[in-house]
Amino acid sequence: MTTTPLLSVQGLTMRFGGILALNNVNFEVQKGSITALIGPNGAGKTTVFNCVTGFYKATEGQIILHDKGHEVNLRKVLGEKFKWSDYVNPSAFAERLYYKAFGGSHRVNQAGVARTFQNIRLFREMTVVENLLVAQHRHLDRNLIRGTLNTKSYRASEKRALDNAYYWLEVVNLTEDANRLAGDLPYGNQRRLEIARAMCTEPKLVCLDEPAAGLNPRETVELSTLIRHLRDKHDVTVLLIEHDMGLVMGISEHIVVLDYGQVIASGTPKEIEVNPKVLAAYLGTEEGDA
Amino acid sequence: MFSNPNDPPVLAAFKDSLLVGVIALLIFGPISGIILDGYSFNTHFKTPLILATIVFAGRFAYQMAMLTPWGQKFLERLAFSKGKRSVYVGSPNDHKYLWIILLVLFAAGLILPFYLSKYALTVAILAIIYVLLGLGLNIVVGLAGLLDLGFVAFYAVGAYTFALGSQYIGLGFWTAIPVAAALAAIFGGILGFPVLRMHGDYLAIVTLGFGEIIRLVLNNWTSFTGGPNGAKAAEPTLFGLEFTRTAKTEGHIPFHEFFGTVYNPNTKFIFLYIVVFLMACLMIFFFSRLRSMPMGRAWEALREDEIACRSLGINHVIVKLSAFMMGAMTGGIGGVFFAAQQGGFVNPTSFTFFESALILAIVVLGGMGSTVGVVIAALVLTLLPEVLRDFSDYRVLVFGGLMIFMMLWKPRGFLPIRRPYFSKEGQA
Repeated sequence: MTTTPLLSVQGLTMRFGGILALNNVNFEVQKGSITALIGPNGAGKTTVFNCVTGFYKATEGQIILHDKGHEVNLRKVLGEKFKWSDYVNPSAFAERLYYKAFGGSHRVNQAGVARTFQNIRLFREMTVVENLLVAQHRHLDRNLIRGTLNTKSYRASEKRALDNAYYWLEVVNLTEDANRLAGDLPYGNQRRLEIARAMCTEPKLVCLDEPAAGLNPRETVELSTLIRHLRDKHDVTVLLIEHDMGLVMGISEHIVVLDYGQVIASGTPKEIEVNPKVLAAYLGTEEGDA
Repeated sequence: MFSNPNDPPVLAAFKDSLLVGVIALLIFGPISGIILDGYSFNTHFKTPLILATIVFAGRFAYQMAMLTPWGQKFLERLAFSKGKRSVYVGSPNDHKYLWIILLVLFAAGLILPFYLSKYALTVAILAIIYVLLGLGLNIVVGLAGLLDLGFVAFYAVGAYTFALGSQYIGLGFWTAIPVAAALAAIFGGILGFPVLRMHGDYLAIVTLGFGEIIRLVLNNWTSFTGGPNGAKAAEPTLFGLEFTRTAKTEGHIPFHEFFGTVYNPNTKFIFLYIVVFLMACLMIFFFSRLRSMPMGRAWEALREDEIACRSLGINHVIVKLSAFMMGAMTGGIGGVFFAAQQGGFVNPTSFTFFESALILAIVVLGGMGSTVGVVIAALVLTLLPEVLRDFSDYRVLVFGGLMIFMMLWKPRGFLPIRRPYFSKEGQA
């Protein structure tokens, strides 16, 4: 493992009105690892995800993505509120104004963080291939004139995107469904398509929000093979939320456990399995349920 | 209420009809049973009773009809068409001979004006203007999924750009087209920016307000726009040739004198028809290309799921703005032709909310996002009222009925949406 992590989250705090959803969460995701975020229901896992991927604006804390020497502050690109110090520092003011005008969660993806959703969000009335082409939007030739005249360079750009789309369809084993509407696919295939779509944006870090939810045991095994394949062959780091403990213990190298908005433990699967705090958190809720 | 699930179907139908009849009696009682006479009133017990009996009989007949095998089949069909998706993926050889059909239609469209009367020509020009407007709004509503109830504002901007431009700075017909397109696009951007955070109903209300603002400004800024008296645009010309009997501008030659033919008042409209027809064809080509280009795909993706779009690094602000501006641009071009078709005279009464509603109806009837559907719907909705002049009193009634039936049976429009087929080699 390298010394600088790919993603470091420091002091992340999130308030919804009077509710403290996350309280001083710290964790790191090492480059090239598979890191899992687990915890009982309502622990704040998805909130962490939404903060990291830019769908919530964190109340406090730092989320930094380190990538090949330069680092991106994932909170800054969302557009932050002006501070008093900005009014005496024109360059800081200009930067904040720029991100306020042009920033947003799409910037987080452009920085190299892709995600999937707990409740699948595909473009349901577009075909499977089109879903993957939309994901490559930023890498395509978007010039209107070249596109209308269908010039050579435009065609080449579209062809590259199509080849890439078919490549990913092969990886997730959906080539036969290429020209079906995404909304018509079976549930498991929709999950895999969403992962392929996230990968089409060429991310450094891919965040999977409960990828195994609703899958049968065979599909879950295929999924873990796929996740490993992504990490090993496509140079991507994986951060996932999952309730399926078999999957989590099987594939992750590092586990962060959340409970009531706080990190109660982090470490390798072996360490987590025997950690008394984790056992208390999980068994406590299970007893409560029963 | 008082029906029992174990009742035989005929009895259930009777009870249901009776309930409907009683409700009708309650409604019709005060409306038609009490008629004012000076300061007192007369009671007519018979009228509401007759009306309620008609409602009861109608309902009962409907219920009985639905019990017959024919009615059952009808109900089944209805349920089936509701569940069916109105989107399908094309197959590679779908449109092999499409270009022949298009070529024939194009040629027919070009020849048509020479066989039309002046009245028919103006109607045809108006119909094609509505095709343009429908195409423009189709981008905003059909592709990008942003409900815009004030589209007529851009139409007005286009028409007034031509009229006021020629009044104040001597703008000609040909220059007015790009200028109006650009100006309408700017207005689209101005409207688009504040409403970027809005969805659905809220967006619709803001755009509705925007449309009214433009109309009210045009109506009340008398010193600049001429207010309700309207404004006058220049006559359209072709390479400096005018279509009037005698040249209106110093140094211009009328068309018929240049070619040494007899003056024909239709020439101007034939000219306008051909220009607007070519413009519409160009736009149809442009928009059908656009649909398979990254920008068009991003619009549709935005309609499907905005959050997913953002998670894929697509800047939803730019995508929305581009849709607004592209749609507004088309509306502006339509406005220039409208001003020219009106003999150069425009006034604010042409740009009421009813126009916006009509354009929206074109897009909805045509099937949100389907270019062919929009073209057909625009032609039908503008030509049909002209053909049915005798029934003009019932025009809006028929219109309302048509919309209700559409929403019930074909909520996604007459034509199903076709998605492009991509083989490994490329788009088919």
